[in-house]
Amino acid sequence: MAAAATNHPLVQLHRISKHFGEGETRVDALRDVSLAVYPGQVVAFLGPSGSGKTTLLNIIGCILDPSSGSMELDGERVIEDGRWLRSDLKSLRLDKIGFIFQFHNLIPFLDATDNVALVLQLAGADATTARARAVELLDYLEVGHRRGAMPAKLSGGEAQRVAIARALANRPRIILADEPTAALDSKRAGIVMDLLRKVAVERQAAIIAVTHDEKIFDRFDRIFGLRDGRLETYIDQDQRIPVA
Amino acid sequence: MNLAYRDIRHNLGRFLLTCVGLGLLLGVVLAMIGIYRGLVVDALTIARAPAVDLWVVEANTRGPFAEASRIPGDIREAIARIAGVSAAGSITYQTVETEHMGDKLRLYVIGYEPTRPGGPPEIIAGRGIARSHYEMIADQSTGLTLGGRIHLGRNMFTVVGLTRYQTNSGGDPAIYITLPDAQKLQFDLAPPAARVQLARGSGSASRDTVNAVVARLHPNASSDAVAETVHRWKHLTAITQEAQELILTRSLVDRARRQIGLFTSLLLTVSAVIIALIIYTMTMEKLKQIATLKLIGAPDRTIIGMIVQQALALGFIGFAIGATLIVNIKDYFPRRVVLEPDNVLVLGLIVFAVCLVSSGLGVRAALRVEPATALGG
Repeated sequence: MAAAATNHPLVQLHRISKHFGEGETRVDALRDVSLAVYPGQVVAFLGPSGSGKTTLLNIIGCILDPSSGSMELDGERVIEDGRWLRSDLKSLRLDKIGFIFQFHNLIPFLDATDNVALVLQLAGADATTARARAVELLDYLEVGHRRGAMPAKLSGGEAQRVAIARALANRPRIILADEPTAALDSKRAGIVMDLLRKVAVERQAAIIAVTHDEKIFDRFDRIFGLRDGRLETYIDQDQRIPVA
Repeated sequence: MNLAYRDIRHNLGRFLLTCVGLGLLLGVVLAMIGIYRGLVVDALTIARAPAVDLWVVEANTRGPFAEASRIPGDIREAIARIAGVSAAGSITYQTVETEHMGDKLRLYVIGYEPTRPGGPPEIIAGRGIARSHYEMIADQSTGLTLGGRIHLGRNMFTVVGLTRYQTNSGGDPAIYITLPDAQKLQFDLAPPAARVQLARGSGSASRDTVNAVVARLHPNASSDAVAETVHRWKHLTAITQEAQELILTRSLVDRARRQIGLFTSLLLTVSAVIIALIIYTMTMEKLKQIATLKLIGAPDRTIIGMIVQQALALGFIGFAIGATLIVNIKDYFPRRVVLEPDNVLVLGLIVFAVCLVSSGLGVRAALRVEPATALGG
């Protein structure tokens, strides 16, 4: 199922902590979380509300500052002792990370092709190249026949596949997905997970998802369990053994 | 990829409807500016019509427009003989109300001497007055036509010529008749009243009274020097053309001018607030999309560009709609609406500035939104 973890990790966290507020109002959202995700792996963060899943996803996505710890993305150390080593986090996200959202978050005034091409143009590609690559990606995700459709005209599954194409546009090796199947029925959720696996394997990317969707648990290589900000368990699907 | 254009195109109907609403509002602002300018222009039109340099009126008055002025008609001869004066003419002004085609018609009647200064500045149709009685030149806004006949006092007058843009400060259209006809209209009593006067032994007083004598000067003559000469006659006052115009704008229409000016300022402020609200609301509706754009790595300039371009497009299209509307309907206003290019340009610049400032509010809100907002439901 999972690609062997023979390479360097694409995401490596070392004792990442995050707290909000101080004194009596202090809330520890994450406590000393360390983990590694390797190319080709599809992993999930699982846990009850307030367990720190989204906080962890936000830190890996470079949209939230940690309080302490260090992090490496795609071989580059980006956080050291809780401080960002790069100032331009937007550029960092554009280069290294693709995002998939619960409700696809496609830009409603751009058609499917332009939603994908936009990311490429933001990264500096010219319009023709960007559109050609966008069409290629849409075909790859089997939604090429809907390339001219506006998001409002796409079905949930089609919209999510366009969103995946957008996440892949800049060839990021880290894909973060926030409840990627929550708005889909079982069949479409399965199709989306199959696509994510295909992407992970063929592009040697790391897919990290936050999910509550039990019907897709068996689609992940590893599931990290979070409770009260701590990484308590993880399940390695290859070994099928919960690890404390 | 121009995100502002794409967003507008996607919501074109709604955007255009907003532009039309804003256009109507800006049209009202433009109309108020036009009415304000029209008031001033109307006030000056009659004073500028004779194209003279000096107004001789009754002593210690600021006549004939701001105050009543009556001087003997033969003063004109004396004025014409002053060194520096090239021509002088007697003139009377009065407002009458008559009927035309079943409707009431208010007219500003100007009596003048056809061979002397004081007549209409131009005749756009027909001819000038050629007979000493019962002919008139009418402003086209009266609705009178060439050959038309109308009762003034006890006499029937025939329209022999048409002029344009000749209205008094109250907006009443002007007609020009001969001085004797005007004096008769002004001073002749109706038969019963005349009989009463005769019975009281008052008799018929001389009616050779005029409201002002207007004078043109030789090119090298000083109007101040001629005015000084006139002042030596204690029963007369001389007012230069420049001073007469000041009296009209600073005194006669001052309150109305300030009233409209203040209302226009208020309207402009309301427009600015509405523009700011529209642009701010447009931005707030897109916060989730903006958060998504930030999350996928869009630089701030892309987001700022989208908001500012939409704000400017809204302002530009709204202003174009408003300006087009007013330019096309201004002639249907009961009073004159004067839109000078500089007024339109200044309002355009104000709208441009308001849109920029208003988009600043939207930009501020957009830049403060956290990319993480895009995550979750």
